[in-house]
Amino acid sequence: MLIAERKPMEEILEMIEDFERILVLGCKGCVTVCCAGGPREVKTLSTLIRMDRKQKGRKVITLEDSTELQCEPESIKPVLEKMANQYDVVLSMACGAGVQAVAKLFPDQLVLPSLNTNFTGIAEEHGVWTEACLACGDCILGRTAGICPVTRCAKSLLNGPCGGASEGKCEVSKDQPCAWQEIYHALKRLNMLHYLKQKPQVKDWPVHPGRVVREDLREVEAT
Amino acid sequence: MDNFEPLIAVFSCHYCSYAAADLAGSLRIQYPPNIRIIKVPCTGRVSVNHILMAIESGSDGVYVAGCLKGTCHFIRGNYKAEKRVQYVRDLLSEINIEPERVQMYFMSAAEGNKFAEVAREMTEAVKKMGPSPLNKSSS
Ligand code: SF4
Ligand code: SF4
Repeated sequence: MLIAERKPMEEILEMIEDFERILVLGCKGCVTVCCAGGPREVKTLSTLIRMDRKQKGRKVITLEDSTELQCEPESIKPVLEKMANQYDVVLSMACGAGVQAVAKLFPDQLVLPSLNTNFTGIAEEHGVWTEACLACGDCILGRTAGICPVTRCAKSLLNGPCGGASEGKCEVSKDQPCAWQEIYHALKRLNMLHYLKQKPQVKDWPVHPGRVVREDLREVEAT
Repeated sequence: MDNFEPLIAVFSCHYCSYAAADLAGSLRIQYPPNIRIIKVPCTGRVSVNHILMAIESGSDGVYVAGCLKGTCHFIRGNYKAEKRVQYVRDLLSEINIEPERVQMYFMSAAEGNKFAEVAREMTEAVKKMGPSPLNKSSS
């Protein structure tokens, strides 16, 4: 899932400075799971905004709602249309994709981000997340025992470890395990060490921005 | 503001601090009438939003009173509450409200005295700070 964190209040308050009717729009997808922008956080942020305005003696109306998945037009539409004309600005609590999906669907509506999207990651424990996938578009986990060197090796090496690895740690930080050492041990545990003898795959690095098309899923016009 | 009487919300757990409040009553120990007790099954149930709601709706101070550490009926409820209280304090600082308006206390069911003492301590502290910035602007 995507991992995000709320922006500092100062930044959010500055963005919404000129507006009086604010729709705080959460997402029930990834950001609910990582406790950054779900219905609960929508309530928290709305309360903080109202408390800030009250101190400044300024009016504000906060509308609170959440889409199922803010990256899906179908789930944005009903929520925004339900409250049409009741707000001046949408303060999105989804990831960057969610914010952009709203902006694309409602081009005449100003949408602001209240989160910083950090990465695609895994929950290590409740409250701790680590980056796991850089969405390289050409997954090689099948050869690396489920450990992604593109993400977890500081140099994204496909044939590590490099000479900087020492005692299982990466040279960039003593706190960072060497991904390739982990891959080695994992392959050994799985009896798959021969994978390492294969030639490193030449990767087809993606050109950004990416686009995925599935013709079988697209709408067709009946003729 | 000499005669300012703060309104203080207390989230009090069924197993310890609420029982302590009961005991304070049975022992006829006086404590300031400024506090309003909200009984919860466990302080672990008190969420960030509960505390913020108490402040938004007019409390000048809020405290969460749970069991002594290591004695929570639900094992970790009071530890969770302590962290959430700290989180709320950080949120309040972000919008320039004194974080000291929100506190966490621990006490056992047998500490009627401590319940009263904490109520006095908190009332005094909030009196010194004055009304919540939210209550100032509306008056
Ligand atoms: S909008 Fe972002 S946070 Fe919400 S479901 Fe889609 S990817 Fe996840
Ligand atoms: S190789 Fe790594 S970055 Fe690429 S798709 Fe697989 S997990 Fe993601």
